[in-house]
Amino acid sequence: MGIDRRTFLKGLGAGIAGIAPGGSLLPGRVEAAEAPGNKEFMGVIVDTTRCVGCRSCELACAEAHNLPIPDISDTSVFEKNRPTSETQWEVVNRYQTEKGEIFAKRQCMHCNQPGCVSACPVNAMEKRKEGPVTWDTNCMGCRYCMISCPFDVPKFEHNSATPKLQKCNLCWERLKQGEKPACVEACPAEALTFGTRRELIEEANTRIYKKPNEYISHIFGEHEVGGTGYLYLSSVPFEQIGFRSDLGTTAYPEYTKGFLYSVPVVLLLWPAFLSGVSAITKRKDNVRRKEGGKV
Amino acid sequence: MNGITTTEEMHSLKDFLIFIRSELKPKGKILTPFNLISAPIILLGGVLILYRFIMGMGAVVHNASEYPWGIWIGFIVMVGVAFAGGAYVTAFIVYVLRGEKYHSIVRMAVLNGFLAYVFYAGAILLDLGRWWNIVNPLIGNRFGVNSVLFLVAWHFLLYMIAQLVEISPAFAEWLGLKRARKFLASLTLGAVIIGITLSTLHQSGLGALFLMAKWKIHPLWYTEFIPLLFFISSIFAGLAVVIFIGTVSFRVFDKDRIDEEYRKSWDDILIDLGKACAITMFVYFLLQVLILVHGKNWALLNTPMGYWYLTELMGLLLLPAFLFGWGVKSGNPAPIRIAAVLTMIGVIINRIDYSIIAFKWYLPFSERYIPSWMEVVITLAIVFTMVWVFRWIVNRVPILRKPPQWAIEQEQEEEEIEGRAMALAPQLGLTMADGGKTIDLHKK
Repeated sequence: MGIDRRTFLKGLGAGIAGIAPGGSLLPGRVEAAEAPGNKEFMGVIVDTTRCVGCRSCELACAEAHNLPIPDISDTSVFEKNRPTSETQWEVVNRYQTEKGEIFAKRQCMHCNQPGCVSACPVNAMEKRKEGPVTWDTNCMGCRYCMISCPFDVPKFEHNSATPKLQKCNLCWERLKQGEKPACVEACPAEALTFGTRRELIEEANTRIYKKPNEYISHIFGEHEVGGTGYLYLSSVPFEQIGFRSDLGTTAYPEYTKGFLYSVPVVLLLWPAFLSGVSAITKRKDNVRRKEGGKV
Repeated sequence: MNGITTTEEMHSLKDFLIFIRSELKPKGKILTPFNLISAPIILLGGVLILYRFIMGMGAVVHNASEYPWGIWIGFIVMVGVAFAGGAYVTAFIVYVLRGEKYHSIVRMAVLNGFLAYVFYAGAILLDLGRWWNIVNPLIGNRFGVNSVLFLVAWHFLLYMIAQLVEISPAFAEWLGLKRARKFLASLTLGAVIIGITLSTLHQSGLGALFLMAKWKIHPLWYTEFIPLLFFISSIFAGLAVVIFIGTVSFRVFDKDRIDEEYRKSWDDILIDLGKACAITMFVYFLLQVLILVHGKNWALLNTPMGYWYLTELMGLLLLPAFLFGWGVKSGNPAPIRIAAVLTMIGVIINRIDYSIIAFKWYLPFSERYIPSWMEVVITLAIVFTMVWVFRWIVNRVPILRKPPQWAIEQEQEEEEIEGRAMALAPQLGLTMADGGKTIDLHKK
């Protein structure tokens, strides 16, 4: 027959979920990596050995998304390490490393399986089939995505009565029209390369292979937190340019998977167990009452 | 003029309205120290809440961009829900295990739990930046079924309904609605079983919210067992709160609001509750030790955060657990009351640790979140309002006193019917599982 075990189990699972009381409450799971349409995710290589810290990308980003225009001739901003903010979807930072000054831009990493997407109770955060992780206005403003982001990227407009969540969307509106992200287009130093994630990993490996003295042999984002859309190349270990080294390779949604899998089990077994206990204690009571004893 | 004081005397709609009007009048003294302190805070809090909704959160809360959740989530919701755990634990003991001895406190515990959810889970609305979208996960303006928070949101709502059903017979008794009471009372066991199930999941779910904050929470607090720890601690947190509220209630309410038998049985119940607390707290302590050993985090104990962890674990968990044990062994309620307060403080600190203190513990003091005075006032206002509502209800509805005679008779009648079904069951080959409902035993 044309039904294999996997399909059968899937059907069985769906059937149980449908029958169970509160079926709508059971967690379903979509592996983001195989999510919509099996289309390959797009991404960007940030080659920090090429970045000159001109901040053209910051300007292009602000223009593309109607954010406050930064003064990119002002180099004093480099004195402090800047996180992304509700008015800056991406920032370029300067790091003092063993090989001198290195610039690296920071923005949403567009994880393959994003923590923020699995955190969102209303799917306002969404992993699009083109690769971007985007935000939508059905958001409640609970900020659970901010708790769950391994890179602390999403930023919330605290000071607004109608706040929005601000983060890089990989220029999703441009991607849909076949254009590159604004930052990639603006980069004069070819530090940014846009393409499918598979092509980018090949390209990154090629660069490391060809110039082993200029790069460390590590593509940040290839495996970190289950893989990210943004990939970084560097001449120094990534801790020196502001990345955490303890992120691990587990995709963030995996951390809540065990708990969510226990939910249907508890929902089905707990009431059955409690009803059983109740039936037993009731029986005891009745026996005692019948024998004329006090309950 | 006496008006109508008992529902027995009501015969018409007019009588009912007179009754309601007399019930709306304040009972007891108005100028008490508690009222004098809480009333201005509630008023100020109300104004500030209005201000928050008009101007946005930033106008009221301390905006520390590294801390998404402040005391409204970290304290009001996280602690409030843990403290409401007494409702499902007590309901389990009384309705599922049929511990009749504890019947006198179940309504108090469930009422407290219900109000805690209304006010403390309701406080989520304050903390939602885009609060007008709060219905989205419920109406399906996209269901985020992979989200722990989605689960928690649904469970809050369903559990509030379950608790309302559990407490509703008391309100029917107050209003003299005999037939409604009969119907509502028949739903209690079902509501309790669903309620316990929902509580198990969302008490642990609140802990599961922090599972993805992996490196942001100090390793002494972060473990994959956070959900289990939250669940177990909600048991003793809830019971400690029942001990606290019971002790206070049996003292402060007028004699005619409290049944004399209930009051006399309280000290005995208190000891048993202390025993349950001691046992669950020792289990929790052992689990914490196992996690610590397993995590190989010994070295971290000798750091400032380690001392804080030990304070929580030894001073606010193990110490009250021993105090509970001592009180139980000596039959002395005094150490149990002290232990209950210590336990409550311990749970408050534990929950705040997860979202505030152990959250990004490495940041310098200047970047850390410290609540603004306005956040604190709003928080206090919410707690006080809940106490006012609790008091208003206990002063009117049979919570701490026995139900009216007709309700007791109704209850006995039901039990008799079940008893007869029980007697018939073997002959008919029925089990008690269907409560004998297969045959109409109401016909005598």
